Amino acid sequence: MPGDRQAAREAVMRAIAGNRGRIASTWVDTQLARATPAIGGEELGEEVQAIISCLLEGLGRDLPDDRVATGHAPLREAVADLSRRWARLGASPTAIATAVFSLKPAILGCMAPQAEEALLVGRLIDAAALVSFQTYVDSREEIIQRQNRQLLEISTPVVHLWHRVLAVPLIGTLDSARAQIVMESLLQAIQDHQAAVAIIDITGVPTVDTVVAQHLMQTVTATRLMGADCVLSGISPRIAQMVAQLGIDLSEITTRSSLADALTEAMRLVQEEGRTERTPAG
Amino acid sequence: MTSPDIPIIRLGEVLVAGLSRELDDKTVMLFADELSRRIGDTRASTVVLDITKVEVIDSFAARMLMEIAAMARLLGARVVLAGMRYSVAITLAELGLALPGVETALSVEHALNRRAGP
Repeated sequence: MPGDRQAAREAVMRAIAGNRGRIASTWVDTQLARATPAIGGEELGEEVQAIISCLLEGLGRDLPDDRVATGHAPLREAVADLSRRWARLGASPTAIATAVFSLKPAILGCMAPQAEEALLVGRLIDAAALVSFQTYVDSREEIIQRQNRQLLEISTPVVHLWHRVLAVPLIGTLDSARAQIVMESLLQAIQDHQAAVAIIDITGVPTVDTVVAQHLMQTVTATRLMGADCVLSGISPRIAQMVAQLGIDLSEITTRSSLADALTEAMRLVQEEGRTERTPAG
Repeated sequence: MTSPDIPIIRLGEVLVAGLSRELDDKTVMLFADELSRRIGDTRASTVVLDITKVEVIDSFAARMLMEIAAMARLLGARVVLAGMRYSVAITLAELGLALPGVETALSVEHALNRRAGP
């Protein structure tokens, strides 16, 4: 059997090498007939030539048929490049995979294939189409993660509001990851600025559940451990109701209804700290 | 008698000690011993523990700090933890070790200034 396979592979390689121009033009014509995406025939020609060259090189290496597309790095890159370029032009993953698949009839069209050879071409091109699909998904995933990170960065600014007073205006839903980042950046800012009071303003937070409350409590505890005070502000009547209904105990936290009230309280605390001793908290 | 490698400095009625990078169990216990003796000898009113350098506080060290504070209170002195790093504060908060009854300050300077008030 290995002999048969080897013979089939050599036949396919001969067919591809001898008919490069025909395969390329057939493929380009197919793509132009589909008219997706809007790429000129010349550019398509270059793309397919690159892929065919790499395909030949890959076939020459000692790799199983279905591993040529993943195992031969230049071929993998050529297919990934095509996938990325088309994706940027707005092609759907189906269109890209279909384009790769259409190499199959283009190659088989210029030879009288035996069953073994047809199967080989099938395995080869199927794997290549999978690579293109994987590339598409990966690049999407990368975009999503980058946006996620950016969202985290822009959503947690620590503002130096007054002499030795810091504020964090929180906007949007708080989940564990965000609460963690808020806590870290706030505490680091306290250390950097030697701030006496930190105000956490939750005017822009739509809901407070037990998890969020837990994180707020932890932040307050950590702030106190560092030797600073923490004031929670911007609790809307709706959130106050929610907290009361859930039975969350925020009694250990200094709370004010608006940021202005919290700032007044913070300035009082700064002055007080400058003058008198502080009683043990907790 | 082994003495801990943590020096305790006396400034009038105040004792100041700078704790080292890592608080292992033995060091902390020796330090607690030494500190209680020094408070008794000097009749200090305030003990400031500088923990700026401390990078890790585990649950045992946290417990010992609370015990030191309680012990000092019995001897008539208050304990102020000064300069806790934010990473240590986060870890303690997440472990639920809020160190109740222990005073805190941003730095030794703040701890001393606060005391100097009327």
